[in-house]
Amino acid sequence: MLKYIVQRLLMLIPVLIGVSILTFSLIHLIPGDPARSMLGEKATEAQLESLRAELGLNDPYIIQYGRFIGDILQGDLGESVQSKENIGYELLHKLPATIELTIFAMILAIVIGIFAGVIAAVKQYSWFDNISMTGALFGVSLPIFWLGLMMIWLLSVKLNILPPSGRLTAGIKLDTITNFYLLDSILTGNWSAFKDAFSHLLMPGLALGTIPMAIIARMTRSSMLEVMRQDFIRTASAKGLKKHLVVFQHALKNAFLPVLTVIGLQFGLLLGGAVLTETIFSWPGVGRYVYLAVLGRDYPVVQSTILMIATIFVLVNLLTDILYKYVDPRIRFD
Amino acid sequence: MSLQPNPIPDPDATRVDESIQPKSSRLWVDSLIRIIKSKTSFIGLCIILILILTAIFAPMIATHNPIEQNIIDRYQAPSSDHLLGTDELGRDIFSRIVHGSRISIQIGVIAVGIALIVGVLLGGIAGYFGRWVDQIIMRIIDIMMAFPSILLAIALVAVLGPSLRNAMIAVGIVGVPQFARIVRSAVLSVKETEYVEAARAIGAKHGRVLMQHVLPNCLAPIIVQTTLSIGTAILDAAGLSFLGLGAQPPTPEWGAMLSDGRAALQNAPWVVAFPGIAIFFVVLGFNLFGDGLRDALDPRLKQ
Repeated sequence: MLKYIVQRLLMLIPVLIGVSILTFSLIHLIPGDPARSMLGEKATEAQLESLRAELGLNDPYIIQYGRFIGDILQGDLGESVQSKENIGYELLHKLPATIELTIFAMILAIVIGIFAGVIAAVKQYSWFDNISMTGALFGVSLPIFWLGLMMIWLLSVKLNILPPSGRLTAGIKLDTITNFYLLDSILTGNWSAFKDAFSHLLMPGLALGTIPMAIIARMTRSSMLEVMRQDFIRTASAKGLKKHLVVFQHALKNAFLPVLTVIGLQFGLLLGGAVLTETIFSWPGVGRYVYLAVLGRDYPVVQSTILMIATIFVLVNLLTDILYKYVDPRIRFD
Repeated sequence: MSLQPNPIPDPDATRVDESIQPKSSRLWVDSLIRIIKSKTSFIGLCIILILILTAIFAPMIATHNPIEQNIIDRYQAPSSDHLLGTDELGRDIFSRIVHGSRISIQIGVIAVGIALIVGVLLGGIAGYFGRWVDQIIMRIIDIMMAFPSILLAIALVAVLGPSLRNAMIAVGIVGVPQFARIVRSAVLSVKETEYVEAARAIGAKHGRVLMQHVLPNCLAPIIVQTTLSIGTAILDAAGLSFLGLGAQPPTPEWGAMLSDGRAALQNAPWVVAFPGIAIFFVVLGFNLFGDGLRDALDPRLKQ
């Protein structure tokens, strides 16, 4: 197992180098002068020259890339062209908001998705099966930005039961330790903040979690149906085991493998979907940060953020593969 | 047709030769019958046909000029005059959605066309030639897949500049890895077949073998992936336009229309609601049809 993990980590190195080359190249793919593009038409030649010198755009590509990588390896992600803030510091502050949102969305998706998938498989062709699978079919085709806006309209504007944006209502105080608001409110025993943070998480979490939920539900159902036909399930039922034990202990355990792969893949989608969701719900995370940077042509921010998200994505995929091996020891990786 | 030896003398034995002959066209006819028989994929097919007909006859179906502004009529609720209401510039939403179908088809065809051509070529070459060619191409694909696709598309549009054309290019590039991987694995199994060996043996060049013998036999997974990709491409491009990175005003693109309506969500929710429903139905159509195609073209699922 350890050998496998080390092997996979080593295999990551070329991928990450490739990812860094691609993100580095972004700024050089800009048609025309990147400095002009960042500062706009009104910038003077002196301003342009100073930005070029600051970003080292006059150096040969290879030296620029070397500096780019060297800085990142030392934890320096550069600074924003517009706000002059340190990008690494900004990301560190915004990342917990995005991780909190994606994990919450994923938990919703996994719990509801697996539950719906299992029941649909056990009661195949029942009304529950029909409704949940039609819902899942619709779920994968929904534009999440539309779903988000419709939720705001219904739950915030019309019914006024959930807050439409942000992470915390203004006026509610919370001492931040980790910047994960749910966790912080538990750690500080601040229950009013917990309730408030939770109500802010619900809508964006549901909007972001809908597509993975639908995919997980469909995958669980088809995987369960396949397993339920196997001999060992018949044996388990025949020897008088209770139905829920057969379903959850015997069938689900064996049907879980393909579901796990889907979960790993969906996590990447969530990181991408976070850009849309965070924009709609004014969620102060990394997705909104990169979006605002794109609009403001703040390329150093775009580069560093994308590089960081891609690295997280690659690591999550690796983690999925390792879990895969852990869940099913029959799998051999050579 | 079963390839198992038949122990009972077959009265139709003399017709065996005929039935072997049109085998490949039989596959397509069988598949078509199965698609029509399957309720869900038939619904998908109908939605796609409606989309195409709407796009063709858009000027006849639309009740108003899609970009004509009429400030006095702004934010009108749906009525007999404006079937789906009007937006912040008094433009008729129904007419804009009808004309937007043309843009959706354009996105589907161009973005998926880019992904299809580049992906099939890369995957075909990687699978067919193997060894270091395969290694290089697939490592590049791995790197592209290290980015969440919508994020990579956003990054590409960020550097290329926001426009519908660049959004289509970005969505197309992002779709390349999927095609390349599917085609590669199909090519890997096809290239071991005897007819490919025979083609090589009579001296056919690599390019000819790949184009004439290998790729045509990988068509089924390519077609399924194309159909499913059109839905994803329309969804991604609408997302980019929603963020202001795709179609620019006054283009009646559905994602951009949705974005226009955000400010008035409180008082005029129809400005947001209807373009979203249009996106949803079209994507649903391609997903249903794609799923149906996959089942229909999969010989293992044949009863």
